[in-house]
Amino acid sequence: MAKITLENLAHSYLPNPTSEDDFALKELNHDWVDGEAYALLGASGCGKSTLLNIISGLLHPSQGRILFNDRDVTMAPTTERNIAQVFQFPVVYDTMTVRDNLAFPLRNRGADPAYIKERVQQIAAMIGMEDTLNHKARGLTADAKQKISLGRGMVREDVNALLFDEPLTVIDPHMKWELRTQLKSLHHEFGHTMIYVTHDQTEALTFADKVVVMFDGRVVQMGTPQQLFEQPEHTFVGYFIGSPGMNVLTAQVDGDKAVLEGTQISLGKGFGSVSGKVELGVRPEFTSLSAGDAGLPVTIKRVEDVGRHKIVRADFHGTEINILAAEGADISPDMNRVVFDPAGINVYSDSWRVAPKVA
Amino acid sequence: MNKTVNQKAWFLILPVLLLVAFSAVIPLMTVVNYSVQDTFGKNQFFWAGLDWFKEMLASERMWNALGRQITFSAIILAIEIPLGIFVALNMPKKGFWASLCLVLMSLPLLIPWNVVGTIWQIFGRVDIGLLGYTLAALGIDYNYTQDFYAAWITVIVMDVWHWTSLVALLAYAGLQSIPDAYYQAAKIDQASRWKVFRFIELPKIMGVLMIAILLRFMDSFMIYTEPFVVTGGGPGNSTTFLSIDLVKMALGQFDLGPAAAFSIMYYLVILLVSYVFYTVMTNLDKRDGH
Repeated sequence: MAKITLENLAHSYLPNPTSEDDFALKELNHDWVDGEAYALLGASGCGKSTLLNIISGLLHPSQGRILFNDRDVTMAPTTERNIAQVFQFPVVYDTMTVRDNLAFPLRNRGADPAYIKERVQQIAAMIGMEDTLNHKARGLTADAKQKISLGRGMVREDVNALLFDEPLTVIDPHMKWELRTQLKSLHHEFGHTMIYVTHDQTEALTFADKVVVMFDGRVVQMGTPQQLFEQPEHTFVGYFIGSPGMNVLTAQVDGDKAVLEGTQISLGKGFGSVSGKVELGVRPEFTSLSAGDAGLPVTIKRVEDVGRHKIVRADFHGTEINILAAEGADISPDMNRVVFDPAGINVYSDSWRVAPKVA
Repeated sequence: MNKTVNQKAWFLILPVLLLVAFSAVIPLMTVVNYSVQDTFGKNQFFWAGLDWFKEMLASERMWNALGRQITFSAIILAIEIPLGIFVALNMPKKGFWASLCLVLMSLPLLIPWNVVGTIWQIFGRVDIGLLGYTLAALGIDYNYTQDFYAAWITVIVMDVWHWTSLVALLAYAGLQSIPDAYYQAAKIDQASRWKVFRFIELPKIMGVLMIAILLRFMDSFMIYTEPFVVTGGGPGNSTTFLSIDLVKMALGQFDLGPAAAFSIMYYLVILLVSYVFYTVMTNLDKRDGH
């Protein structure tokens, strides 16, 4: 188990990167605290897997250093790093039995046979494959194979870190939930540092203590699920987390007032004068419809009833605003104004969050 | 729903029937015809029943040729398959060198059989051939026209030179199709190079390897031109393989009946072995769950 430090790390797949656009992973400094469970969240192609492969040593970074417990391992091969990694698609050794597959990483490290036997049994119980231990791995279904891959990743107790690269993509939803819960309990039990790459926000938010959101090769925010929800540091985080995502509206901000398309609203706290491309971000949860005169005038396009609440899709001068209404709430035709709860308003300058000025 | 019945559709398969009839069925039946008849010339034929088959099965000459044939096929398979895999494993995976290797590897496959035979015939000659002359100069007694071992070694090395590329290219194609994740997982699992080969590469190329073995077996079992050009089946009968013997019998001695019986048995052996291979291969696929 180890603390993992990334120092000025960046990576480009091109031999001679010149501009910042050439980098798949832009310069980054980060500490992965020993024993924490992290989720690396972002859209496809944002550099998540690149970062993961650099940590496991399958890829060597173009610049910067990686430290495991303050020991430089930047150029160390995978085997020296003592890391377990589970890939997106199942990797099993076809000709081996399930038992041999699970025992493989331990045998290669020369572990004691009695210990291997016991440990394999334990892992098999965890992934629910005790009955198939003596079957050949070939011919099993994709999700059974992926469970074997997960089991092989977890079989070693002394690893520095456990890395997961979208491991539940091929698993069916019911099993997904079960395996995720098991990963979590495994984390509580052994306290491994875990890094879990995913593009599924539910997966990230339920699995991790801390979620690291990546966008375009950059880490845009790291925080607890609550922080990501209430104070997205970047408009991308607002969009990406939450369903539907945060409403983002162009505005002029001056002090504690904002003007949107000629309508003035109160922000509840002072921001001074904000320059650059200024936007307001308000989650649908902090947005409501009103029949009064206050708020932004909108046209309601449609109402979607998703069961536990209603999503109102409204149009404000060409920008869509999503409003969350309670399931029983009455939506009448005269409700043509939208009001924001000041507690939920964030101000963004050039896509980055501006902290309110403490008066 | 009622199916439309249209008997005219039969005409559509007529071209194929004709093609197969002229290319396979009629020639084969001609051979069958010869194998059950005897002739004393003047295009007069007499019914001979299974006599030729009995004679051939009792013929020491045919059994010896079969023995040489099996030995030859076994030796070249034992060399070409492992060597081909070894070459494929060491070929570059991508870039300029990969393309260059592919071109170089394909070259021997593009040379016609009799040219390959001629190349080695000259190459091995003690008086003017680079190989034969060099060996002689080094004091090694090498003469494929007189020495049993020299003849066999020449014929085998020639076949290895000509056909290892095929095995290497097939194995290479198989190796290229293995996703990177397998190698990455093996690194994570700290698998040794041998284990990577044994548990990842070999199982994944087993399918194409079976095809390579089948092709090389069939081809080597029917080999004619190259050894005929180099050794002419000699010295003595030492490199007279089945095809060479068959041609000698059919065209040299004009023993049409025995030669026809011989060819049919020859054909059945190849058919049988290929069938066994095919069954093994499809079973492998089934175990894979395809």
